[in-house]
Amino acid sequence: MALSPVGAEAPSRTTSVPFAIDARQSMSPEPAEAVFDLRDVSIYYGDALAVRGVTMTIPKNVITAIIGPSGCGKSTIVRTLNRMNDSVPGFRVSGLVGYHGQSLYAGGVDPVEVRRRIGMVFQRPNPFPKSIYDNIAWAPRILGLKHDLDERVEKALRDAALWDEVKDRLRSSALRLSGGQQQRLCIARAIAIEPEVLLLDEPASALDPVATMSIEDLMQDLKRTYTIVIVTHNMQQAARVAERTAFFSLDVSEGHRAGILVEYADTATLFTRPADPRTRDYVTGRFG
Amino acid sequence: MANQVGAVLTPGPGLRRRRRTDRLMRASATAAAMLAVAILAIMVGSVAVHGASQLSISFLTENPAGGSLVGLAGGGIANAIIGSALLVAVATAMALPMGVLIAIYLTELSTPRTARPVRLALDLLNGLPTIVTGIFVFGLLVASHGQSGIAASFALAVVILPVITRTTQEMLLLVPRDLRDAAHALGISRWRTITSVVLPGALGGILTGVVLALARAAGETAPLLLTSSIFSSHTTLNVFGAAIPNIPIDIFSYSESPFPVEHAKAWGAALVLIVLILVGNLTARALLARQRRRLGVL
Repeated sequence: MALSPVGAEAPSRTTSVPFAIDARQSMSPEPAEAVFDLRDVSIYYGDALAVRGVTMTIPKNVITAIIGPSGCGKSTIVRTLNRMNDSVPGFRVSGLVGYHGQSLYAGGVDPVEVRRRIGMVFQRPNPFPKSIYDNIAWAPRILGLKHDLDERVEKALRDAALWDEVKDRLRSSALRLSGGQQQRLCIARAIAIEPEVLLLDEPASALDPVATMSIEDLMQDLKRTYTIVIVTHNMQQAARVAERTAFFSLDVSEGHRAGILVEYADTATLFTRPADPRTRDYVTGRFG
Repeated sequence: MANQVGAVLTPGPGLRRRRRTDRLMRASATAAAMLAVAILAIMVGSVAVHGASQLSISFLTENPAGGSLVGLAGGGIANAIIGSALLVAVATAMALPMGVLIAIYLTELSTPRTARPVRLALDLLNGLPTIVTGIFVFGLLVASHGQSGIAASFALAVVILPVITRTTQEMLLLVPRDLRDAAHALGISRWRTITSVVLPGALGGILTGVVLALARAAGETAPLLLTSSIFSSHTTLNVFGAAIPNIPIDIFSYSESPFPVEHAKAWGAALVLIVLILVGNLTARALLARQRRRLGVL
């Protein structure tokens, strides 16, 4: 029981022995340091297999995009990276979800601490019904980062390219901001606790094109400081923002529908010279 | 051509019968619905007509004249109003924390498998005849220590626990899942998320539950007959002491009396009680509407 995911009877259990050396080997063509290292990761909801056998490495300070048709497990896989799925009844994971050489689902790992280091922004902007200031300051205050709170709030808002728009109304309700502003506020809120990774789960799908563009610009600034994983159903968006792109698809072989990782490569390669015919069909718009 | 159309559009005997049935059913259902309103109106109306003559400042501010049921005119039910308020307040203080905790368990912590027995238990508790609750508390507290305010409050707490739990639970479910996710994703622990995000969001709804529970407890009579059944002209404030006079028992005592002047007082006390409960229920509805609007804006 050294490695202890939510479900105790998950198959193909690996031990929690550090595998950093192993991971580096597989990363040899990649210059960047690996943040996540997924080994044969399968994700289940109850008896249903949602994602099967994903093996991929996510490098540091790079934007990695996850694309694919709906239902292919894009969100599932990204929510597994910060243990947001723990509260979903029946969720369990098998294989190894490595984060800096440590298994995220090992017995001693505290999911709350995991989420503190691996921030997340959701599809729909979800600011708290509080003031703009309190939206940002709330979590640092609880987590004991009370020193220079005003500065911290300002820095987060500046980094999220929102400061100039809201600096005069920090005390007014966050719910009065536009959708795009709310989403940047959520990004500011996430980076205010200084995570290492930002997981963005379709962050622009509820926004208009102008707001979407501002979020994409913002990501380019943020990747200097953070490792970013973005889930998107918008191929153009992946092509615009990401260095690396993973294409997921639904696989119906073996009688079950499950998401699989079809191809993972540099974005340019994936879109111009895909190795897999399924990727080619998807990126050329023949399905999905 | 015209003839043909006419033949199709004119109802035959079968259709006429079906139309009659349709009209009859619709009329019955409408009548039944209106009857519900009428029953409430007639009840409130008759209590108001009979009790209005009793209503006066002194009826609300004075204790009963004489001290026992001897047919004296004058006096009031002040000590019963205070007693009822006290019993209900103590009952709510006991049931509220527990009800809120149960609701948190059901909405935030349980799995469907563990929630089912708890929910079933609450439903059964809610349907339990309150006289049974009264007998239970009688055996538990009254048989050994005698009637007391605390025994009565405990019995009322058992009665209102499901009410508070149910309304709180419904309100917690109205708090958007997005907000919980947002807090979780920031590395905030589950309990902290509940106390800082979920409960504040549901506060208005929890207040609604409290008001509903107050209204329910104020009118409960059966448990009080067994735990705090007293008629007296004194004001009692010590919940841990003897039985505490209260409105439902006053109504019961006055109506059992042989003196017409005391029947009138029963009507007066009933009017006071019914007004308190109606005001409570309407307040709860207003609070609830406000809460839904607030969460709808989110």
